[in-house]
Amino acid sequence: MSNEHKQELRPFDRLTGTAVAIDQPNVDTDQIIPARFLALPRAEQVPHLFNDVRYREDGSPREGFPLNAPTAAGAQILIAERNFGCGSSREHAVSVLVDNGFRVFIAPSFGDIFHNNSFQNGALPIRLPSERIREMLDHLAKRPDARITVDLEAQTVTGPDNWTQSFEIDSFRKQCLIDGTDDISLTLKYADAIAAHERRAAAETDWL
Amino acid sequence: MAEAQGAKPATMFEKIWRRHVVVDRPDGYTLLYVDRHLLHDGSYNAFRRLAANGMKIRHPERSFATPDHYMPTNTRDKSTIADPNHKRMVTGLAEHAAATGVTIFDIGDRRQGIVHVVGPEQGITLPGITLVCGDSHTSTHGALGCLAFGIGSSEVTHVLATQSLWQRKPKAMRVNIDGALGFGITGKDVILAIIARIGAAGGTGHVLEYAGSGIRQLSIEGRLTLCNMSIEGGGRAGMIAPDDKTYEYIAGRPYAPKDAAWDRALAFWRSLPSDDGATFDREVTLSGPDIAPMVTWGTSPEDAAPVTEAIPDPASAADASRRDGQARALAYMGLEPGTPIADIPVDRVFIGSCTNSRIEDLRMAAAVAKGRKAQIPSWIVPGSGIIKEQAEAEGLDKIFTEAGFEWREAGCSMCVGMNGEIGRPGERIASTSNRNFVGRQGKGVRTHLVSPAMAAAAAVTGRFTDVRRLIPA
Repeated sequence: MSNEHKQELRPFDRLTGTAVAIDQPNVDTDQIIPARFLALPRAEQVPHLFNDVRYREDGSPREGFPLNAPTAAGAQILIAERNFGCGSSREHAVSVLVDNGFRVFIAPSFGDIFHNNSFQNGALPIRLPSERIREMLDHLAKRPDARITVDLEAQTVTGPDNWTQSFEIDSFRKQCLIDGTDDISLTLKYADAIAAHERRAAAETDWL
Repeated sequence: MAEAQGAKPATMFEKIWRRHVVVDRPDGYTLLYVDRHLLHDGSYNAFRRLAANGMKIRHPERSFATPDHYMPTNTRDKSTIADPNHKRMVTGLAEHAAATGVTIFDIGDRRQGIVHVVGPEQGITLPGITLVCGDSHTSTHGALGCLAFGIGSSEVTHVLATQSLWQRKPKAMRVNIDGALGFGITGKDVILAIIARIGAAGGTGHVLEYAGSGIRQLSIEGRLTLCNMSIEGGGRAGMIAPDDKTYEYIAGRPYAPKDAAWDRALAFWRSLPSDDGATFDREVTLSGPDIAPMVTWGTSPEDAAPVTEAIPDPASAADASRRDGQARALAYMGLEPGTPIADIPVDRVFIGSCTNSRIEDLRMAAAVAKGRKAQIPSWIVPGSGIIKEQAEAEGLDKIFTEAGFEWREAGCSMCVGMNGEIGRPGERIASTSNRNFVGRQGKGVRTHLVSPAMAAAAAVTGRFTDVRRLIPA
């Protein structure tokens, strides 16, 4: 294959910082970034993260929305209830979070496409047991400035009370994040295998 | 070509997956071959990124494009698109398609329409294939017995460059609908009943296969509606075993095999259904006769109830998280617990979207609209130019316009409102689309998901009405 490809992803290692807690299940990607902002150039989408739940009609910040808390500034971790990022496949939902400084999403479960899109943007989605998420959300409700450490190499999250919880991640995705490798660069190394598959399939399903 | 004799019974998903494995890595990741790829105007950025990186499309003949999200549905003239960003998405798609040799069904071509309507309609979607598209409702296509799922924009670029995708193999879940569906019950009611049962995350990490007599009974249009909303139940994909209805639907379509190739394809397709004794990671069964016309009352598709029931009371929710969620949803929706659903007035009706804009959907809505008058603004947005033509040939457009409905051009329209077709804050819309999310149809808009027949019933009565009372049995 004559294709060339430049990688652009920022390698991921370990980070410690504050977190934003969105204590809601089924946060869909329409909420993360409403459809009317999707055609804007990427840089112009940045202020519209959670636009309609975060701001009032007049554009002033809605009190009580977690992203408007002073501790949200500089947060790199977002914690939410089950099924975070469900709904539309819009990758803008991940890129607008990343462009707002977030690199780790922690929830009991994620929408499958959002989960995949995270890795494509150098962000780490972590599934933790719902009891642990509940504990973290309750703690952050009382102490929003609590610091959390995420260590990808060790596959651990260390919480505000110094508990440490390990998490599962596919070794494939882990390595891609640590190296900052994007999928296309990797796949281009398998060009021969793709061509072999195409020869086989052309014989077996010749109507395609 | 048939599976090896004596092999372990396999699910349809397993059979299709296996045939598309390019590489199985020891770490559990599979490079999966993509047979056919669909693009829409929202895919413009992925196209652009490929060009910007100097990469070529590996197989332009395997990708098909049609603009649907950003094109207004009151005109077919691209030059009238007011927002320059929207116009760029629509015109950019056509420019990239022309430059790369990707087939496009552009504005002005009768074959243009919603990408998930166009794929099956053109015979691009076939049993046994893998099909992807940068849109979550790609699960629609599984209704013809293929593995189809939505991907993100980076993955679209990946497919254009390599005709493959890195995937971890999902689990398999079977959803059985046992027993015949009652009079007036559609694919939309079935899928809303399923999601109400399993929850919006119920199918996460799974491919859903729908089976049972209640499914076999559905037309292809009904099956497409059902599989379309698999994603709303968390499913990676939805699929239904192909049968004679499937083959009859596909035969003669432009991109479907013909003559001797048809015979070879048919023999292969007949080998696809899950084997007797195949095991699924999960199995759920609903009783077909118990399914009633459904209406969503909250802000997740899992918040669905029969039209004969009342708005639930959050106080009786299973846990605190659900109680808070329901209370928040009812506050947004402006509804009180205990209100009969049939007492809720509706401000507006939208019939369309990749879920419910096919000819059968329009026929069902027309059967309700015929001889009645819409009490509220009501739109009909056909799924493709071809469906629009067919509906006009059948006189459905006349039935709708005489009943005061607005008859429009093909596109996604108010399902997602990317083209600017949205509701007003606080407006309550009975919609045949797939998502009742907060703000989905416009900021502050209250969306209730229903079938086309139920939407038409809401249009002519101005509130939610059990459509079974309006149509002859």
